[in-house]
Amino acid sequence: MALLQISEPGQSPEPHRHRLAVGIDLGTTNSLVAAVRNGIAVVLNDHEGRALLPSIVRYLGDGRVAVGVEAEAALARDPRNTVVSVKRFMGRGLKDVTHVENSPYDFLDSPGMVRIRTAAGVKSPVEVSADILKVLRARAEESLGGELTGAIITVPAYFDDAQRQATKDAGKLAGLNVLRLLNEPTAAAIAYGLENAAEGIYAVYDLGGGTFDISILKLSKGVFEVMATNGDAALGGDDFDQRLFCWILERAKLAPLSAEDTRVLLTKARAAKELLTAHSEARISARLAGGETVDVTVTQKEFQEMTRPLVAKTLAPCRRALRDAGLDRSKVKGVVMVGGATRMPHAQQAVAELFGQSPLNNLDPDKVVALGAAIQANVLAGNRASGDDWLLLDVIPLSLGVETMGGLAERVIPRNSTIPAARAQEFTTYKDGQTAMSIHVVQGERELVSDCRSLARFELRGIPPMVAGAARIRVTFQVDADGLLSVSARESSTGVEAAIAVKPSYGLSDEQITQMLRDSFDHAKDDVHARALREQRVEGERMLEATEAALREDADLLTAEESSALRSELEALRKTLSCTDHRTIKSGIERVNRASEAFAGRRMDRSIKRALAGRKVESL
Amino acid sequence: MNLNQNHFELFGLPSRFVVDVAALEARYHERLREVHPDRFAAAPELERRASMQLATRVNEAYQTLKSPLKRAVYILRLRGVDPEFETNTAMPPEFLVEQMAWRERIEAGSEDPEALVRLRGGLREESGKILEKLRGQLDEGGDDEAASEATRMLMFYEKLAEEIDDKLAELET
Repeated sequence: MALLQISEPGQSPEPHRHRLAVGIDLGTTNSLVAAVRNGIAVVLNDHEGRALLPSIVRYLGDGRVAVGVEAEAALARDPRNTVVSVKRFMGRGLKDVTHVENSPYDFLDSPGMVRIRTAAGVKSPVEVSADILKVLRARAEESLGGELTGAIITVPAYFDDAQRQATKDAGKLAGLNVLRLLNEPTAAAIAYGLENAAEGIYAVYDLGGGTFDISILKLSKGVFEVMATNGDAALGGDDFDQRLFCWILERAKLAPLSAEDTRVLLTKARAAKELLTAHSEARISARLAGGETVDVTVTQKEFQEMTRPLVAKTLAPCRRALRDAGLDRSKVKGVVMVGGATRMPHAQQAVAELFGQSPLNNLDPDKVVALGAAIQANVLAGNRASGDDWLLLDVIPLSLGVETMGGLAERVIPRNSTIPAARAQEFTTYKDGQTAMSIHVVQGERELVSDCRSLARFELRGIPPMVAGAARIRVTFQVDADGLLSVSARESSTGVEAAIAVKPSYGLSDEQITQMLRDSFDHAKDDVHARALREQRVEGERMLEATEAALREDADLLTAEESSALRSELEALRKTLSCTDHRTIKSGIERVNRASEAFAGRRMDRSIKRALAGRKVESL
Repeated sequence: MNLNQNHFELFGLPSRFVVDVAALEARYHERLREVHPDRFAAAPELERRASMQLATRVNEAYQTLKSPLKRAVYILRLRGVDPEFETNTAMPPEFLVEQMAWRERIEAGSEDPEALVRLRGGLREESGKILEKLRGQLDEGGDDEAASEATRMLMFYEKLAEEIDDKLAELET
């Protein structure tokens, strides 16, 4: 007799069509896209065979947008309209942006996030990032031969909520279905761990173009558990370039430079830095717009001396991460080096000294993050093969809290909590008859609210008037698997409930994103309708597939009538897929959604029972 | 979902203060494998949300049982005893004196990382003694009052350890 096959929850038993999913490393300096092909993760190249897409976007007066190498070529000519290192501006206000003085941009400080005035209008960092993502998406769709089901975008582990939210928004704006935001060191650990069948405690030291992360992970029996993470979201290879640039200015006794000349010299500084990785000296020569010439030589020793404080700045987070993980360095089995800036010999040396061992350099530090993300994206999209049952336990990098009396921050969810995580806290009123309360959500480790990052402020209104201290306001913090926070509050002492859900204030509302999508389509003279149709078709197919798989697994949860009602809605949806009006498909999807609501609930109950059913206490 | 299931039942472990850490971790991973949002990334919105809530619940249960302090508090609450951290400050005078001494030592060493690390080791020893007591009080004797007081002491020590960690972190920046 044939055995009945039962699939894992969340996994379709059918040998289905391979879903196209990619991992995207949206870097400060370079971005990459990778995918799993024939069971192997590969970085997808452009037509010229290049894997790295320079994260540079140029906005032209005629509305054209150039991304990558083409934009890079115009960097010195048109610095004001050519945006580099936009990742540094994600979720950041003007006051947080470093090196403003050497930035050629026409910044506009707007609430929450800085914007840049370009020849093609005012651009937010989210839009600029979306322009990079769109190029990677097109590259992937062409290379893989179809529409993408979903993507993982990596973020620095030390990114705070604002920066994460901005990254997710950029993904949406680029038309990607963002399956997950994945921390860069964790992505690297997946790639490294799977390739080397690593077991034990590993540190991932990730010094990128603009960000630094250190994560300590425990790898055991298919579990990747982040024990602690730390870092500096505004420290990277860029800062080494800046330091060398300043040195050149001093050495060549140059007066303050124009934006164009600044860009020329910064580019030269970066080239010299890269050269110094393997050479004992580098010559920097340039002819500036005003006719002056620069011709200086920097030795490796000089470069290392001037940038030593920057390397030292990465070591304190490493010590903190070790302490948070409750470990001393002897427990660390290996240190995986990630990010182009880890090629610098003095970074290697400092890491070797701190951890008391030579770091591991057997993976390409530029590609390992994208590869790990691709592997995870492939699994998340539903292409789980046997053996792909690893579990990823990641954490939030910074504590979340609320402001209490006296401007103090009260930690609600401590840093390094495994996500998803939630915690509810009760608050009460301060005055008799108080009917409203303001809640200020902050992120950071410092005691004073003014030293933490303000995430959101919201007001809870409609509290029934009571004597001071009688109201019970329960504020719930929920951090999801992307590390994104949502906060809700309700007053429950009298049965009168007021509930509110907030998105952090700098985040874009869904309407704003829709508007931006619309604008960008108009701009590109894209056919809005055709795109909407494509999107709805993909969504409709996804819906059909998921629901049918669910019916195969759990048909017994429905009565005959319910089952036939749902099936007839599915048939109706299938028919709409060939129609040319996206609204018809959308309404078909909504009908299936409504018809399957109860079913989804019961299925969830069942999987909960399966998952959470207490086992018999084996031996007492 | 059976909301009445307590954290111990969730992991199929006996509700005792002494916990088999390896079994706890194995059960935790087992549960999480089934409900983790990564398993539901391609599922409909409703299932995604439910999976997030379930995984949150599993994480919370694990965090509670993993930490000896949280575990002790949890066991006491399960037994209907509230250790009353906020209100019950009536600690034995000699304990309070000892606390003051610890604080002074931490203050005196606040510029010296090595001294802080030593103090942290000392605190760990003190905590260890209390944990030893709690084993008897919670698992054998069943003296919940005494266990409450020991738990409060443990909380004081953890606070001090946290302060030392914050000071160490400050010294490094």
